[in-house]
Amino acid sequence: MVYVLAADQAGRFTELTQAKPQTHNRPMNHWKLTALTVLLAGLAAPALADTPKDTIVMVKQIDDIVSLDPAEAYEISGGEVIGNTYDQLVDYDPGAPGKIKPALATSWRIDPDGRTFTFILRDGVHFESGAPLTAADAAFSLRRAVEIDKAPAVTLNAIGLTKDNVADAVVALDEHALQIKLPKPLAPSFVLFCLTSLTGSILDSKTVLAHEVDKDKGLTWLASHWAGTGPYRLVMWRPNEYYALEANPNYWGDPPKSRRIVVRDVKEAEMQRLMLQRGDADYARDLDKVQLDALAKEPGIKFDKGIKTSIDYLGLNQKNQYLSKPEVIEALKYLVDYDGIAGAILGDSAVVHQSFEPVGFLGAIDDAPYQFDLAKAKALLAKAGLADGFAVTMDVRNGSPWPEIAQAIQASFAQAGIKLELIPGDGKQVLTKYRARHHDIFLGDWAPDYPDPHSNAEGFITNPDNGDDSTVRTPAWRNFWRDAAMNDAVAAALLERDDAKRAGLYQGLQHEFQRKAPFVMLFEHVEVAARRGDVSGLGIGVNTLFDRYDGIAKH
Amino acid sequence: MSMIGAWLASDTPSTYRQAVAGRFWRGTLGLRHQPMILTGTSIVLVFAVIAIAAPLIAPYSPTAQDLALNLRPPSAAHWLGTDELGRDILARLIWGARITLGIVALVSVITAPIGLILGCAAGYAGGWIEAALMRVTDVFLALPRLILALAFVAASGPGIENAVLAIAIVAWPPYARVARAETLALKHAEFIEAARLAGASPLRIVLRHILPLCLPSVIVRMSLDMAGVILTAAGLGFLGLGAQPPSPEWGAMIASGRQYMVDQWWVAAMPGIAIAAVSLAFNLLGDGMRDWLDPKQK
Amino acid sequence: MWRAARIVPTAALTLLGLLFATFLIARVVPIDPVLAILGDRASPESYARVHAELGLDRPIYVQFARYLAGIAHLDFGRSALTHNLVTEDIGRFFPATIELATVATVLGVGFGIPAGVWASWRRGRAADHAIRMIGLFGYSVPVFWLGMMALLVFYVQLGWAAGPGQIDTGYEDFVPVTTGFLVIDAALAGDWAAFGNAVSHLVLPAAVLAYFSFAYISRLTRSFMLQELSQEYIVAARAKGLSERRVLWVHAFRNVRLPLITVIALSYASLLEGSVLTETVFSWPGIGQYITNSLLSIDMNAVLGGTLVVGVVFIALNLLADLLYRVLDPRAR
Repeated sequence: MVYVLAADQAGRFTELTQAKPQTHNRPMNHWKLTALTVLLAGLAAPALADTPKDTIVMVKQIDDIVSLDPAEAYEISGGEVIGNTYDQLVDYDPGAPGKIKPALATSWRIDPDGRTFTFILRDGVHFESGAPLTAADAAFSLRRAVEIDKAPAVTLNAIGLTKDNVADAVVALDEHALQIKLPKPLAPSFVLFCLTSLTGSILDSKTVLAHEVDKDKGLTWLASHWAGTGPYRLVMWRPNEYYALEANPNYWGDPPKSRRIVVRDVKEAEMQRLMLQRGDADYARDLDKVQLDALAKEPGIKFDKGIKTSIDYLGLNQKNQYLSKPEVIEALKYLVDYDGIAGAILGDSAVVHQSFEPVGFLGAIDDAPYQFDLAKAKALLAKAGLADGFAVTMDVRNGSPWPEIAQAIQASFAQAGIKLELIPGDGKQVLTKYRARHHDIFLGDWAPDYPDPHSNAEGFITNPDNGDDSTVRTPAWRNFWRDAAMNDAVAAALLERDDAKRAGLYQGLQHEFQRKAPFVMLFEHVEVAARRGDVSGLGIGVNTLFDRYDGIAKH
Repeated sequence: MSMIGAWLASDTPSTYRQAVAGRFWRGTLGLRHQPMILTGTSIVLVFAVIAIAAPLIAPYSPTAQDLALNLRPPSAAHWLGTDELGRDILARLIWGARITLGIVALVSVITAPIGLILGCAAGYAGGWIEAALMRVTDVFLALPRLILALAFVAASGPGIENAVLAIAIVAWPPYARVARAETLALKHAEFIEAARLAGASPLRIVLRHILPLCLPSVIVRMSLDMAGVILTAAGLGFLGLGAQPPSPEWGAMIASGRQYMVDQWWVAAMPGIAIAAVSLAFNLLGDGMRDWLDPKQK
Repeated sequence: MWRAARIVPTAALTLLGLLFATFLIARVVPIDPVLAILGDRASPESYARVHAELGLDRPIYVQFARYLAGIAHLDFGRSALTHNLVTEDIGRFFPATIELATVATVLGVGFGIPAGVWASWRRGRAADHAIRMIGLFGYSVPVFWLGMMALLVFYVQLGWAAGPGQIDTGYEDFVPVTTGFLVIDAALAGDWAAFGNAVSHLVLPAAVLAYFSFAYISRLTRSFMLQELSQEYIVAARAKGLSERRVLWVHAFRNVRLPLITVIALSYASLLEGSVLTETVFSWPGIGQYITNSLLSIDMNAVLGGTLVVGVVFIALNLLADLLYRVLDPRAR
């Protein structure tokens, strides 16, 4: 730092000086102090505002991206990039929730055994390398995701594809036909929904293999490169700085309306707002209540809203001696000022939501049985023998509004004598610790992998092996929570072919979960994207994977 | 009176007590003509009183939240406004003074003894001990301190203890230099020779006779560094590596105020002013003290 | 020249000290380096293999030797954050920092030296006090806070300067990289719109940093000048009736140029190091921001690589200052 060293060196040098008073009579006439101000002002050229016409600039928090390889990316912001640059066999239809529409596969057939799915691929799709899309590429992509076995693989694991069987289960019948043969029958809608996830993205097998090093199946290279067929191509991703997309000239569908999309990583909501207001950005994606309130008064600013499936929650690690007590779990659910946080901190950007299924999913419930109730919480703590409270830590990521939410929770916990120490960190740092089960309490959010209730039911409940080397590393596992009966109920719901009955099963699970699970479900996100009045067309999907840029245009 | 005056003003002190007392006496005489020292000391004292009396004078608890009243501008109820969680900024600044002055005190308590002992030992022992110790000091002086402190805190985990440790580890070398220079000058003074003839061990001579005399120079040097310590601590807090929430550390307060800079400027502005005021006070004090005490400046 | 030669062992020792410090810091990191490479789903066999590959089963001095060997080959490993080699990243980020620090130093010298000379000439007068107070304030105010306030006033309120970042997002990646210094590259490419844009982004952070440089340089210039002005030859020059301007600039200032060069080198070094705080505020894509981002994500390869590079440049500038001082300054003999 300037001053630390400066003070030192000043000391070191001024020891040498031996100054004596001087007397001068002539007036000073060369430099004036005002020159400093004048010159500095002159240097400040007027700032250029307004972004180029065919380029859309977004400001967003994208520091969670660790990879843009569909077989590795499992972070919220990465999903949005992959959704716009890759295609899957089938796509989620945003106009009709719960429906599937064709994408790279134009049609598909399901054999009566309920196990064999055959997809016919679209003709005339070309990769950037010039190679045409073939069933071999599709088979390669799905196998690769399973074999690389990073976090996204769970989606394909869910339909029964494993490292051991995937080579036989996923095969190219010919140039255009891809066959997936599942080890056991599953509800067809569930299988198709799984294939809409980013794990189901189809890659150019030759390009990926050309960049293989040390038999990594191109993992190192693809983390920051692109080999897809989506409406946009990835030009550049610079972690913690920005990513730039350009219209894919080979795209098989309608060409995107804007040629270039640049998404800049701006962590502070206030800075996002400034850049939007000053015309340095067209969209600001992570504004908090304060900024939204201020922008609402600006004439040139408009808002797009859409509910997201992301749910904020507290994960209570059951390895912790206090957090594993049922009374403590219940008490903590009464110790969050849900409405206060929603009102003062989150505003339009979230709604209180206390169940694990997002609004609009099959069987989702919307009752909120808990509100801040100090007396009840204290009584429960006393029953647990912890009337004087206890001390725990909570991991929380930097960047608004997480620290604010965390501190509000810290204050309300303190009223019941619970000393909550906050451990803030970068998104990746906090997640790494959480995934290693080294936390006490984790504050974060969770989004389902595909728009089917099983995704979150599995995430929050399924934990077949509570051991440290388990391969199923859901939030339930991360928090050392295993409820055998509920695990079985989740498995049963997956096989139920009748939609109404299936909905009922998930409702029951959510009620039971609300009562006893070591998760305090807090809020469901509502994305409020602020935009300049001359830009429109951002598609806000329920999942970041379905946030689409191709309709964005500047008028 | 005049005898005491003559004893204090003696240029040839015959005991170390006389030397110490004389130094302070000569210094005190000129103090009233030192506006920089007076101003600096007054501000530091005001902040010290604020820090000590924080529970008595803070209008609210520094952590008490009122979400319904967040981000309010300065008013009669909240003189400096409220922050994003509805906490009173004045109360947080008052309690934050404890943290800032506490860091300064802790760093001083850790670094001054290290610097003094190493410097005096090197100066008194001479020879290869001196060469080795001073070489180590030089190495430490040339290292990029802020970045090493940052890397140390990041690696050992954010928190105020690690921040203090990181600052202390890189802050002691200047004191060792100053102490060595003083020791070299004192080594052959008559009263030291006398103590040596009387059979005092080197350890005793260094600890009882030389070290106290090095103290004034080291204090001057430290008062110059205090502002730097405050700013480094605030920088660590600003990056989220220092004091952790809900602790009202000023640097961390600035960091959280960034979110509300445009419309609620007071959230970030107030703690910045507090930091600038305290470090300016230490700089005035240090600068003034150097002008006043450094014999070479006279 | 033997004085200059004496610096070599000091330089070597300091460098070794820096390497050892960074090595120790890497040792205390609470994150398992094996897990950082393999991810959390690694099998025990591959864990053991990578553990051995990284040499973590060897004694600590062997590990230190390996660390030194890696650095000797300029191998800092790969950044977990960017997936690039740390050397590549540094090559990309360092120019932005140098650009900023250089412009700031030029401004700091341009204003600091005249101010210091003026203050020494007006010693004890209002101008001297004013310059001293402006300087002292510079020593006292947190750089990140001043940066925020400058953004608030000059970007938000007045709109005189551009906002955070090195260039508007719309120009990103359009300027062909030749030297790595964006402003120079834009000029070389003849892209004057990009050049103007880059300059408008540079002004504010450079002015803020220049203030700290100004505080430091003006203060030391004043000290050196006061010492020079008390010398007998100045009294003699004045007695000969030479003009004050001539006495100040030709006689006195000529003799403080050398120590000032060392001061400027030190000021430059501290600006480089201080970049970790300023670049965050201005979202300046330099090495400071690279280190800060890596620190927060415990990307230790990047942290250590960045720290080493800044450290080596810092030490080199320090030693250069020392060297110039020893060899050229007559008072040091």
